[in-house]
Amino acid sequence: MKLTPPINAALRVGLFSFIIVGLVSLVFHATKDKIAANEREALLNSLQSVISQDSYDNDLANDVIQLNSYTIYRARKSDVPVAAILTGTTPYGYNGDIGLLMGINMAGEITGVRVLKHRETPGLGDKIEIKKSRWISSFKHKSINDMYTHQWAVKKDGGNFDQFTGATITPRAIVNQVKKTGLFFQHNQQLIFK
Amino acid sequence: MSSNTRIIICNGLWKNNQALVALLGLCPLLAVSNTVINSLGLGIATTLTLVLSNTLVSSLRGYILPEIRLPLFVLMIAGIVTIIELLMNAWFYQLYKTLGIFIPLIVTNCAIIGRAEVFASKNRVLPSLLDGLAMGLGFSFALLVLGAFREVLGAGTLFTQADLLFGESAKNWQINLFDGYSGMLLALLPPGAFITLGLLIAAKNMFATRA
Repeated sequence: MKLTPPINAALRVGLFSFIIVGLVSLVFHATKDKIAANEREALLNSLQSVISQDSYDNDLANDVIQLNSYTIYRARKSDVPVAAILTGTTPYGYNGDIGLLMGINMAGEITGVRVLKHRETPGLGDKIEIKKSRWISSFKHKSINDMYTHQWAVKKDGGNFDQFTGATITPRAIVNQVKKTGLFFQHNQQLIFK
Repeated sequence: MSSNTRIIICNGLWKNNQALVALLGLCPLLAVSNTVINSLGLGIATTLTLVLSNTLVSSLRGYILPEIRLPLFVLMIAGIVTIIELLMNAWFYQLYKTLGIFIPLIVTNCAIIGRAEVFASKNRVLPSLLDGLAMGLGFSFALLVLGAFREVLGAGTLFTQADLLFGESAKNWQINLFDGYSGMLLALLPPGAFITLGLLIAAKNMFATRA
């Protein structure tokens, strides 16, 4: 049978697609488990950056609920709640969204805060990364009760937290988001560990 | 080395350098080249893509009809890049996260489809493979020079975050060149990439006209 040129071309495109998609799916299946393991490990690593490893004994990365816009990981020891880790995003960064990870224990004490993602100016606003500066550690051991005072603000706004030279908006966004997240935790504690 | 081989290598590395002469693939080049390690990561991924796509296109060139060659090139390149992306995600997870969107964007690097069209579809497999390697190394060379220049000027360091590529043992490879250097922001921002690339092209042209 003689193929007309368009059909010949179509068959070839089809055959090529079939082979290449086949190859891609082979590699996909070969790497699937490894990639999932990588993602789990990365998640666990970032969770453990805001909570000490010996304070809980449950499967932290999988004990997760969604409440409002927060994703919440619940840490328990012998089935007793010890802390919650909340992820949240503030739109008030200098360059758009800043994603935060924040751990709070049942006594209302902050166990740690980390920036998950941001697009702040390198060299100015990016001092919120733990790699670049210790600033983000200044939240550790602070209590939710402190958030009700005027001290919970950057120095420029009359508060206690340092801003960076040339960058006030970025730290201000984080200070406010930490406060918002902390108050959310306090008001919804029952719901979170229901 | 035959004269043909020498011409291919010379073209790829210098005379027809994809980044400095053809000015192809500038988007990832400019975006990623803020540290040496990022540059190296993207350079390796791009070189690998070029070698594989040139080899594949050349070995299948008898089955590719001229009318449908471009869709088939794109298909093959996209398949190769996706496979590389998956492999990087599995074995170089941190680097994969750092390079982010620029790995899948290798598909749109015109240098790759350019080599498929201009060289691989008209030449035998071995020369095509060599051409892909030479072009990839030339591109990586430009990336590395750009990355080194911007990192030294911008942050005063070299090989920062080497552990992304070389594992935990490379964590202390970072070299701090000047004590108490506060950095030069411009070099790290996008304008710094354009300025550096401009200087690099000027330097290349200067050498080329003198020789």
